[in-house]
Amino acid sequence: MKIKLKLFILFIFLSFCFIIFYKGLSNSNIYAPKVNDKRNLPNFEAKNFSSNININSKKIFEEDSFYILNIWASWCIPCRKEHPLLMKLSKNKKIKLIGLNYKDNLNNARKFINKFGDPYSQILIDDDGTLAIEFGAYGVPETFLINKNKMIIKKFVGPINQKIVDEIKLIIK
Amino acid sequence: MLASQIGFFSLVLGLGLSFLLSFIAIINFNDNKKSFDNNILSLSFFQLFFVIISFLGLVVSFINSDFSNETVFNNSHTTKPLFYKISGTWGNHEGSLLLWLLVLTLFIFLFLIKSKEQPKKYRILTLLFQQVIIIGFFLFLLKTSNPFNYLFPFPREGLGLNPILQDPILAIHPPILYLGYVGSSIIFSAALSAVTQNYITKDWAQHIKKWILISWIFLTLGIMLGSIWAYYELGWGGFWFWDPVENVSLMPWLTLTALLHCILVLEKKVALTSWIVILAITTFTLSMCGTFLVRSGILNSVHTFANDPERGIFILIFLFILIFLSLGIFFLFHKEKNQNQIFWLSKETSILVNNWFMMYFLSVILIGTTYPIFLDVISAEKISVGPPFYHKLISPFLAPFLLGMVFGPKLRWLKSKIENKISLIILFVISIFLTIIILKNLTTDLLFYTILISAAFFLFFSTTKELFFQKLNNISQTIAHFGFSLLILSILFNSILSSEIITNIKVGEKYNYNKIEIFFEKIEEKKESNFNSIIGYFKITSEDGKFVQLRPELRIYNQPKIITSEADIKTTLLEDKFLAMNIVKGNEYFNIRYQVKPFMLWIWISVILLSIGGIMSLLKKRI
Repeated sequence: MKIKLKLFILFIFLSFCFIIFYKGLSNSNIYAPKVNDKRNLPNFEAKNFSSNININSKKIFEEDSFYILNIWASWCIPCRKEHPLLMKLSKNKKIKLIGLNYKDNLNNARKFINKFGDPYSQILIDDDGTLAIEFGAYGVPETFLINKNKMIIKKFVGPINQKIVDEIKLIIK
Repeated sequence: MLASQIGFFSLVLGLGLSFLLSFIAIINFNDNKKSFDNNILSLSFFQLFFVIISFLGLVVSFINSDFSNETVFNNSHTTKPLFYKISGTWGNHEGSLLLWLLVLTLFIFLFLIKSKEQPKKYRILTLLFQQVIIIGFFLFLLKTSNPFNYLFPFPREGLGLNPILQDPILAIHPPILYLGYVGSSIIFSAALSAVTQNYITKDWAQHIKKWILISWIFLTLGIMLGSIWAYYELGWGGFWFWDPVENVSLMPWLTLTALLHCILVLEKKVALTSWIVILAITTFTLSMCGTFLVRSGILNSVHTFANDPERGIFILIFLFILIFLSLGIFFLFHKEKNQNQIFWLSKETSILVNNWFMMYFLSVILIGTTYPIFLDVISAEKISVGPPFYHKLISPFLAPFLLGMVFGPKLRWLKSKIENKISLIILFVISIFLTIIILKNLTTDLLFYTILISAAFFLFFSTTKELFFQKLNNISQTIAHFGFSLLILSILFNSILSSEIITNIKVGEKYNYNKIEIFFEKIEEKKESNFNSIIGYFKITSEDGKFVQLRPELRIYNQPKIITSEADIKTTLLEDKFLAMNIVKGNEYFNIRYQVKPFMLWIWISVILLSIGGIMSLLKKRI
């Protein structure tokens, strides 16, 4: 009897492991970043955060102004740190901020925005992380500066700080 | 073209032979004759032969840069030097799986030759279990990762081999590692077969010990080669990063080491039988599990070649079939038989204690490696487990582990008491004093280090004493334990004494820090067939006025376009001077990382000593 119980527990445990690994497979997280400065904006389609409608990248970056693409997630602790700086940047008229919500739970992301404020003129959803690959991102947070010719001219890995904000302000002047 | 075709059909033939072999083996198992059917041996040889042909087919395709073969197209390029064209064969997912298969078939063939004195049914069952694994891998290869996929129209140029894999050490690292890693399959099959035949005996222990030692030696050397590669190629100046892929090679090593020690007990008396079978099963399961973790893309690592969920699911299902099959066999057939009870102060007990520690280290690493996956799936929370986790949990337990290694080998079998108490006490006191004196001079006299280093010194001195002054009745063990103490000492002093300077510097500039002067003299450009390189000339003057010249290199590979940083390392007996440089984008500065790393050479030497211990034990004639 005792052995049967042990076997049963072992079986349950192993099956549990199997299910976890099986599920883990479907949300894989492999990407090969390309380190390239000054390259054209990739052409892509992404879901809008609020309306849930697919939008083409040309539509997103259609205005004649500088853009910042910021990759963030509610689970990402450094993103919270850089958020106030993004809020400040968003007050600058010469630049538009696009958020890319990376591998996130939508509810959590909404809570995050409600709590810390919304610096973005538009938020796109990247639930499986493929868009971030298009941009050649290493992880979250990451910030890309896009000029008026729709070229990515700068890339900042990790949370931005005051120094980077000053640098951005200098470039868009 | 032709080579690929031959390779593919050899694979199919090899799979066919698997079924034929299993069929004949089952007939031979059930007949009443005493003799082992020699057809099995020849068929097993042919299976190995076809896998070798298939492997050579892939090698030839790589040498000829035959881009109608998808694997070659994805991983080679015409400008690659011949050496890397060949090593590219196993520098990718498909080719390395073919290598798996090669090792699997090689080991079962060697096993059949070398086990002639063993019972017939035991040999046949081992073959059958091994064939289950082999068939699984044949199907995996043919279904999800065929190395001979045909491309038409065929491209003129290949995509190239990942530059960080273009390295002489990395060319031999996979084959050596696989001999250990995959070689543990034969231990798995043999253990299962022995369980069903109720053959977990002293004879079995003597016979299987050789196979455990072979796997263990190759695994040890394979891990070391990978580590050396990471040290000078990744440019971070460390040799062990607790990366998932390193962990998955260390986990079977731990169980294999535990198994090696348990088998010594079984050689002397029938004890720990269930434990030995479980360890044998676990070792291979962990190898498979490691393959799953790094190949399926569930974890990010340098060994993840492609992210194909289908592959992951296949290995996962196969892995769990093997686990359930082996556990089923174990619970159905195994009968625990222990001859006599174990006294607390005996070699057996000390080996059991060794096993507890090994299992503790194993669970720490296993949890650290898989916990992020579990957490991600259950709560969608992403975490990564880094070195501090492993250091904090493992290092405190190293001290008692080292002490156990001092006393364990001194004990006798069955029942004993410790001899030479006085000399041990003297050595212990010397170790503590030596440690305190050394640490006082280093300003890091934490109690934690004192305890750990004293324990390591204690083992170091007591094994040294045995090497020189005592009858060398168990020299292989003494050398291996001596190597281990040296390893721990080198790692500890390396981590305490390493120093690092990171700065940005441009050509012609001097940088001073703590009386160390770094002078960036010039840069030079060079062209090679598959990359352009920028070599930095640095002159580094240390506190004592002596200087070294270091020339780190940046390589810009043409295919694929990747920049790698090759550190320049000046190795001396006592310390390594390590310099790596990187481009700072958009200006004339270079980012340099200069490290002085004491006792690096001794880390490699001590691992080699460990393996030498294993090799001597393997070659030792039975008296």
